[in-house]
Amino acid sequence: MATRVFVLLGTKKGVFILESDAARQTWSLRGPFCETWPINHAIADPMTGTIHAAGGNEWFGPAVWKSVDFGRTWTHSSEGLAYPANDDAIKSVWSLGARGTRLYAGVQPAGLFVSDDGGQSWSHIAGLRAHPTAPHWQPGGAGLILHSIVVHPDDPDQVWAGISAAGVFHTADGGATWTPRNTGTRCDFLPEGERYPAFGQCVHCIVMAPGMPNRLYQQNHCGMYRSDDGGLHWDSIEPGLPSSFGFPAVAHPRDPSTVFMLPLNGDTAGRYVPGGQAAVWRTRDGGNRWQALREGLPQNNAFFGVLRQAMAVDRLHPAGVYAGTNTGTLFASADEGERWTTIATHLPPILSVETLVADG
Amino acid sequence: MGRPDIGDARIMVVLPAALMRLFPGCERQPAVAAATVGEMVDALDVRWPGMRDRLCDSRPRVRAHINIFVDGERATLETPLRPGAEVFVMTAISGG
Repeated sequence: MATRVFVLLGTKKGVFILESDAARQTWSLRGPFCETWPINHAIADPMTGTIHAAGGNEWFGPAVWKSVDFGRTWTHSSEGLAYPANDDAIKSVWSLGARGTRLYAGVQPAGLFVSDDGGQSWSHIAGLRAHPTAPHWQPGGAGLILHSIVVHPDDPDQVWAGISAAGVFHTADGGATWTPRNTGTRCDFLPEGERYPAFGQCVHCIVMAPGMPNRLYQQNHCGMYRSDDGGLHWDSIEPGLPSSFGFPAVAHPRDPSTVFMLPLNGDTAGRYVPGGQAAVWRTRDGGNRWQALREGLPQNNAFFGVLRQAMAVDRLHPAGVYAGTNTGTLFASADEGERWTTIATHLPPILSVETLVADG
Repeated sequence: MGRPDIGDARIMVVLPAALMRLFPGCERQPAVAAATVGEMVDALDVRWPGMRDRLCDSRPRVRAHINIFVDGERATLETPLRPGAEVFVMTAISGG
């Protein structure tokens, strides 16, 4: 059987799935799934192909959906996905992470849950919300959300979590205790002299470099950063980019020095691509130099953004890159961003993009 | 869970289609034994595991955009139910 390439979209109106072969030139589209619930993040297990989709419905609350047949049929569960009685009710599930068969779910209001039975039931990792800074966490524009979950590939006790707007937190003991890891990241929205606090940063997205667990990349509300010590210290990698604002950051599947970002024109300037001209920006050297990749992307009157979980790569050679807009368009490149084509239009606002490559 | 002493005090529930789609095999008008709305939700959850989470949050209370009507009045989990009562579960105006 030939290689099948899937692109999973979480949208404001359910999950959509695009499918192609290894050439990634023609695509078919299926959906919407998950009863058109808003889905913030859909991921696939690269070993089994099982899809999990996280979201929340205004009527029926938060849940994680599951499909074991590439989206044909779905079930859902929120068993255990709750804070104690009289505490805040969970509004929505924002992000999913996986390490082997273990699943993590980040929720709103910010907290982290874990499942060891394939998403059937969930347990609260209470240590994070027990952190002494938690009463001071401030919601960002999308609410107080835990949106980035980065797991250590070799150490099951290490997890990084990104919370808007509390910053990056790290655990080395499986979630019992957490420490902020925000040194070097700015808060331009605070008074001068107070812009480098221990926590309270508006982190937008964190990702890990492949094969280098201590190298993290971060898109922040206020800048782009790289850390080479697991987030203990962050260095700005903004020079050469058109703005310091954006949402997604995506690491190359094999090269720890290659990262894709999609800067927007600014937090109070409309939050669309600068000048109405779309570009994905790529570095090949860890953020020292940046290149704008525009071929095939709209260069006139483009007023969209790409949200924090709405850009992804696949693991093929060369790597495919995908960017879904908040106006329902999906752009794809089969050559690491050199040339782009539009592979879906007129979809609901795209909230997340992930890929799955199933070998025959 | 339903109380053991309520015997045949069954009530009729009318469920919304959007909820039924989440639970394969779900009936539109199930009859359950319950003396309060909370017991009714518990009984529904026994028949269709997970339904409580769709109707109630974890505080616990009826979700903000779910309306449960008993005798024409919006109910809470504590609202009592007389034997034979008809309870309407409805999705409120919401979305975007």
